[in-house]
Amino acid sequence: MRVLTMAKALNDALDVGLEKDSHVMIMGEDVGRTGGVFRITDGLAEKYGEHRVVDTPVAESGIIGVAFGLAVGGMRPVAELQFMGFSYPAFDQIISHVSRIRNRSQHRFTAPMVIRIPYGGGIGAAEHHSESAEAIYAHTPGLKVVVPSTPYDAKGLLLAAIADPDPVVFCEPIRLYRAVKEEVPEGWYEVEIGRARVEREGADVTLISWGAMMLETRKAADRLADDGVSAEVIDVRSLVPFDAEAVTASVSKTGRAVIVHEAPRTAGFGAEIAATIAEHCLYSLEAPVLRVTGWDSVFPLKRSEHQYLPSVERIVAAARKTLEA
Amino acid sequence: MRQRLTPSGGLVGEAPFDIQLTRRLYRAMVFARTYDRKGMALQKQGRLATYAPFEGQEAAQIGAAAALEPNDWVVATYRDAALMWAQGYPWELLFAGRTGDERGGSPPEHVPVMPPSITVGGHMVHAVGLAWAEKLQGTDRIALTSFGDGATSEGDFHEAMNFAAVYEVGCIFLCQNNGWAISLPRERQTKSATIAEKAIAYGMPGIQVDGNDLFAVYEAVKEAADRARSGGGPTLIEAVTYRRGPHTTSDDPNRYRDPAEVEEWARRDPIERVRIYLSEHGAWDDEWQAAIEAEAQAEIDRAIELAESMPPLGPGEILDAMFETLPPHLEAQRRELVEGLR
Repeated sequence: MRVLTMAKALNDALDVGLEKDSHVMIMGEDVGRTGGVFRITDGLAEKYGEHRVVDTPVAESGIIGVAFGLAVGGMRPVAELQFMGFSYPAFDQIISHVSRIRNRSQHRFTAPMVIRIPYGGGIGAAEHHSESAEAIYAHTPGLKVVVPSTPYDAKGLLLAAIADPDPVVFCEPIRLYRAVKEEVPEGWYEVEIGRARVEREGADVTLISWGAMMLETRKAADRLADDGVSAEVIDVRSLVPFDAEAVTASVSKTGRAVIVHEAPRTAGFGAEIAATIAEHCLYSLEAPVLRVTGWDSVFPLKRSEHQYLPSVERIVAAARKTLEA
Repeated sequence: MRQRLTPSGGLVGEAPFDIQLTRRLYRAMVFARTYDRKGMALQKQGRLATYAPFEGQEAAQIGAAAALEPNDWVVATYRDAALMWAQGYPWELLFAGRTGDERGGSPPEHVPVMPPSITVGGHMVHAVGLAWAEKLQGTDRIALTSFGDGATSEGDFHEAMNFAAVYEVGCIFLCQNNGWAISLPRERQTKSATIAEKAIAYGMPGIQVDGNDLFAVYEAVKEAADRARSGGGPTLIEAVTYRRGPHTTSDDPNRYRDPAEVEEWARRDPIERVRIYLSEHGAWDDEWQAAIEAEAQAEIDRAIELAESMPPLGPGEILDAMFETLPPHLEAQRRELVEGLR
């Protein structure tokens, strides 16, 4: 089987999607001729033509609003916004229309569309290029919010998003585009949206994360294992719908939970997970639920990124703290 | 500014259609005004939530719809009930929306009209997408989006106009310049001498018409529709009209405008000039007027009765259209909601 990076796996998913359904189209800034700023759409304009892989004017609200009209009109647009910090000009369209048209029209009109947003830091980028705003989208009723952390999941979740009858905000961890490789099947397959993945089974503490932070979380689990601590690792993969069952089953077993995310702490999605744990398995807990997150600061520029991003050390320390309780 | 029918009913040049169609559209305008006045009255009785009247803008809306094919898309606003109705949206659903019922946003399957946009300007890009979708799918359907002068200051006006022109989609931008955006007069909305001239910057034709002139509006929209359908791309039409009522029932226009201005525009009434024209062609009399007014009243009364007889959404149903299939967390919330209402 082919071994692909996440970038290639996403490209493959788009290729398969365009191939399978003539209503699927890609649109966004620089997605055509140059294949996108991260080359995720590389080669697709040549293969499918500029009417299906469309370079747009630099106008995020227009991209999403027009994609919305295309979706209501029967197309299956996959819109790319270059960075999460550039999704804010489109936020009005997403929150006021994309997420609401099914309800506004009581199922008469729907917007089956995918909004792909490269996100997250760790690449020393300029301001606005490192944001993690997934919780804002998760807080918006009517959207599904998906975050893959492996090439296999990236392809399967993107195809599931393309096939989904409702709009999906598809967050792509920039730092993972080329960081890991794994076997990725050819052709169409879907990974169900709304299912977390227990990546590693363990007995002592549950580490819960998603996106690029899965890298640090895996390493932290390795480090803990070296010291004889058995950590269970859950890749949430889908914030909405959130797989509460998988998380509560795990925490009921281990009695301890550490939630790791890159986004700022206050009202981050970690708070939602902690509340879910409190609601469903408080009496199984052996220790307070801890969060290892970015700070409530603007994402720092290159020279200070390391201060912000949760480190393996911080995750290990939090896990130890739950074990000491 | 293009004009075909003067305020005193005089024809300038040729009429764009025959007397029979003129009578039909006159009747439609009478129905529209009946609905609008009923809306204002019902709101005062507390039977509708906020109502945004369109009195004075009937020709702009009925004339525009008359120039479209029945399956062309209409993407309009909270002040466009006449336009939406003329394209197939039932009165009772327009009322239902105003009574505060989500089902008012759900027109029958064959009606190509989006529920009215409540935010200002954001819907114009949707019309561009719809027109583009039709073009990509090889149909000859086009889209018309309606908005006010205030909406032309929104960023999405620019993005919609730009996308439409760049991709040469069959989208008609119909601006009903009614002089006021709540309290802001047209002169302070934009420094441009006309709204139509904004089209030049986007590389599309711009037409300014007398928006109270049924013939001129029809002609301009027909010209734009023909161009759109034959692949000639978008057009901006500025229909110069006047909002004779308040912005909504929550607004008091006496705080910001001179009632004399309203009086002046009442003399340029869009319905009256067609009545005079028909009368001069022997196609109008008191008897017919009384008959269509009675028909309109009956139809509008029936519509509000239908809207008010709909039972409200049942317990938990406010969640049922969030997704095609309710995910587990919404199923759980739904159970909790229903339980809480017991």
